[in-house]
Amino acid sequence: MSDTLSPRSADEVREAVQWAAAEEQPLEVLGTGSKRALGRPVQAAHALDLSALSGIMLYEPAELVISALAGTPLAEIEAALDAHNQELAFDPIDYGALLGHAPGAGTVGGMIGANLAGSKRLKFGAARDHILGMEAVSGRGEIFKSGGRVVKNVTGYDLPRTLTGSWGTLAVATRITLKVQPRAEMEATFVISGLNPREATQAMTAAMGSSAEVSAAAHLPPEIAAVLSAHGHALSGAATLLRLEGFASSVDYRFAALKALLQVGGTVSRLEAEASRALWRDVRDCRAFAGTDEHVWRISVAPTAGADFIARVQAAFACQAYCDWSGGLVWLAVSGEDPQADAVRAAVADVGGGHAMLVRAPAPLRTAVAVFQPQPEALAALSARIKAQFDPHGVLNPGRMGS
Amino acid sequence: MSGIVMPRPDDEVLARRGEIVAALKRLVPGEGVIDAAVEMRAYESDALTAYRQLPLVVVLPETVEQVSAVLRYCHENSVKVVPRGAGTSLSGGALPVGDGVLLSMMKFNQVLDIDPANRAAVVQPGVTNLGITRAVEHLGFYYAPDPSSQIACSIGGNIAENSGGVHCLKYGLTTNNVLGLEMVLVTGEVIRLGGKHLDAEGYDILALMTGSEGLLGVVTEVTVRILQKPETARAALIGFPTSEDGGQCVADIIGAGIIPGGMEMMDELAINAAEDFVNAGYPRDAGALLIVELDGPEAEVDYLLGEIEAIARRNKASSLRVSTSEEERNTFWAGRKAAFPAVGRISPDYLCMDGTIPRKALPEVLTRMRALGETHGLRCANVFHAGDGNLHPLILYDANQPGQLEAAEAFGADILKLCVEFDGVLTGEHGVGIEKRDLMPEMFTEDDLKQQQRVKCAFDPKQLLNPGKVFPVLHRCAELGRMHVHKGQLPFPDIPRF
Ligand SMILES: Cc1cc2nc3c(=O)[nH]c(=O)nc-3n(C[C@H](O)[C@H](O)[C@H](O)COP(=O)(O)OP(=O)(O)OC[C@H]3O[C@@H](n4cnc5c(N)ncnc54)[C@H](O)[C@@H]3O)c2cc1C
Repeated sequence: MSDTLSPRSADEVREAVQWAAAEEQPLEVLGTGSKRALGRPVQAAHALDLSALSGIMLYEPAELVISALAGTPLAEIEAALDAHNQELAFDPIDYGALLGHAPGAGTVGGMIGANLAGSKRLKFGAARDHILGMEAVSGRGEIFKSGGRVVKNVTGYDLPRTLTGSWGTLAVATRITLKVQPRAEMEATFVISGLNPREATQAMTAAMGSSAEVSAAAHLPPEIAAVLSAHGHALSGAATLLRLEGFASSVDYRFAALKALLQVGGTVSRLEAEASRALWRDVRDCRAFAGTDEHVWRISVAPTAGADFIARVQAAFACQAYCDWSGGLVWLAVSGEDPQADAVRAAVADVGGGHAMLVRAPAPLRTAVAVFQPQPEALAALSARIKAQFDPHGVLNPGRMGS
Repeated sequence: MSGIVMPRPDDEVLARRGEIVAALKRLVPGEGVIDAAVEMRAYESDALTAYRQLPLVVVLPETVEQVSAVLRYCHENSVKVVPRGAGTSLSGGALPVGDGVLLSMMKFNQVLDIDPANRAAVVQPGVTNLGITRAVEHLGFYYAPDPSSQIACSIGGNIAENSGGVHCLKYGLTTNNVLGLEMVLVTGEVIRLGGKHLDAEGYDILALMTGSEGLLGVVTEVTVRILQKPETARAALIGFPTSEDGGQCVADIIGAGIIPGGMEMMDELAINAAEDFVNAGYPRDAGALLIVELDGPEAEVDYLLGEIEAIARRNKASSLRVSTSEEERNTFWAGRKAAFPAVGRISPDYLCMDGTIPRKALPEVLTRMRALGETHGLRCANVFHAGDGNLHPLILYDANQPGQLEAAEAFGADILKLCVEFDGVLTGEHGVGIEKRDLMPEMFTEDDLKQQQRVKCAFDPKQLLNPGKVFPVLHRCAELGRMHVHKGQLPFPDIPRF
């Protein structure tokens, strides 16, 4: 990369993009660059670094809303919320450990660009479910805003939500407004040890389908549980985890309800407060695959299909896997040279469909292999037309989501 | 008819009517095409009844193949298409155009798949909102977003309007509860988005479709998230001397970290109209009434009701009742849920507005609204989704009195401008449609609106789907696509570079 531009205002972002569009000079759009190793590598002579566009512009705890410039560190936002006992309910994953850099590095713009979510996805959704408004500069070099600061809003198309997860390929967000939530008074994790994948799926399905309001459900096979216990978590053997959050009396009550409901065998134990939080952080952040050199996939399927998917890929090639989102999210680590893209995607199709993203692999592989799930023709053509309407000269993160 | 002007019908298309009807009858055989004026009357308006227009022809397809064939034909022959669900839109979203097909989706009325293990249901778009809950409740599940029109409105219409309901404060809007769609593009191409898995694999077109008011495609199948019914639900009915006190109580409840299942407020006029209509036992002398519903495990509900009672007392609550039975809880809600028809009884006509404001602005906005009512010489009853600041001022007028509809519309426009002035928005859940179309520049710049319209161009470059809605000024896609570039020497000397 030869040149980095660091705009300090939306107007400067607009100037930079206008120039790029006029000269057809592609830009790599960056916050702190913490997710540069995600997606297809971008070839661009110039970087647009948004980290100088930083600061919380508005935070009204009683209104459950926060608004910040796109380059604001996520850690700064989380600290501000924490001081008022609030949080981002969708609990965004921190890719630091998995991608081999320090945690807490990302910006709010990057969080939106990647549509981050965490283990609580099932109950609270992803970043896309919490964005209320956005100001951005399109690839045409025009400033536009969409949405607002209130939750109920159908005034015009929902561009903030649409742009969430577009990896900076449509527009450069300059300001983002999010819904926030009171932090639960307390939490605990219901741990069942010793279930096989089929029993675990049954247990998670029963728990999620009950009125116990489980906010996250994951199953770790013995070898993954062993890695996490080496990180200090109290696990032994396969572990099925059910997270409960809320007012203290309610958590205790629901814990007891789960115990009565889940007569599945295995032994039940309970992780309290900080131990529970710490374990879920590592489950969320895929800590089990940190520091290895395997290729890592993130696979989204129907929750009941997760265990079946894992069984299929493990029968086909050497890999390790565990599931979050009650089976709906599979983290898969593939050893060897070949990331097994075709086999992974065939297995996704075989269990009823979904998508697979190659999240960790060396850059040449992420250029050669489709990082994101390939789309059927009509949908791919529509996506290309949307891209062209925002960024006709293709100057924003060209190729990031595919060639 | 009043101030809102629809695009002039195309004489050339009107002249081809016979040929178009014949072609459509070949594509949708049997009784799927209605072309007699008397039978088309049923489709001439939606719930914004001040506006009526007979369509060119009504088509009721039954299969995706038929929808695809109709759209392909219309696209090739440059015929406009207005999709329609149950016709309960309050913003004129389903108002026909005289030179276009009205495409009713109400024959798509099947529940296709109930999957409790994945907490999902797959339904056709003409299934009513309540129909989904009815189909899954034997398994202990329900579909959370619950617009007051839920008996009648279709899930397809809910997606088009991103509809909300009293339970959306805790459980989210339509957009947070839809997992997948099948839709037909104006070209007739069929695409599928999402499914029982989570998150989009590319651009989140599902999010874009939700709230797109029938302008981007026709939805033919919907996968929704269903939830297990909470163990218990109880409601508190709390009266306050003034709306200011009620508003402060709402802020304090949320400030205490409590997100109730629902939290609704009514003003004095609405309280009395509802009480006259359903005898729910509302305190007639209260200046504001708050209904707060807590749901979840019994222990939690009891605990939180205690907290809320204390907060209400601190905010000068003049009366407080907590439901002790399911029957009583339903009675508490009956008045609120029937507020629109109740107001309909005290006035020949009413207009329902739908702005959203930051909650804290409530007292000031209400005061200003009363002053506006005096200026326009009209009364206004207020019901609102207090938890999320979504207002429904009901403007009372009499269409038979010359000038009253115009006065009501002017009052409504002033209310919405007031919402925008306080950092709010024109519409929270009813959609822009034709009703708020011309107010869009109050909230958006020309660049904002042009970028929105470019999105439309990616789906429908000939602008045939639901024309005349949402956008005040129509631009041709070719014009929107043009870019004025200034080639230059090294620019922006001021931006730091490394
Ligand atoms: C008494 C009353 C109470 C109401 N209460 C509420 C409330 O509490 N909350 C709320 O949010 N709304 C409420 N509404 C408004 C209305 O019910 C909703 O907007 C509803 O979602 C409209 O659904 P529908 O099936 O009637 O759609 P229609 O009115 O037929 O159409 C609405 C829009 O959807 C489009 N459309 C319909 N079906 C499709 C499809 N299959 N594909 C593509 N586009 C389609 C149409 O083109 C149109 O733009 C209320 C209305 C009434 C009359």
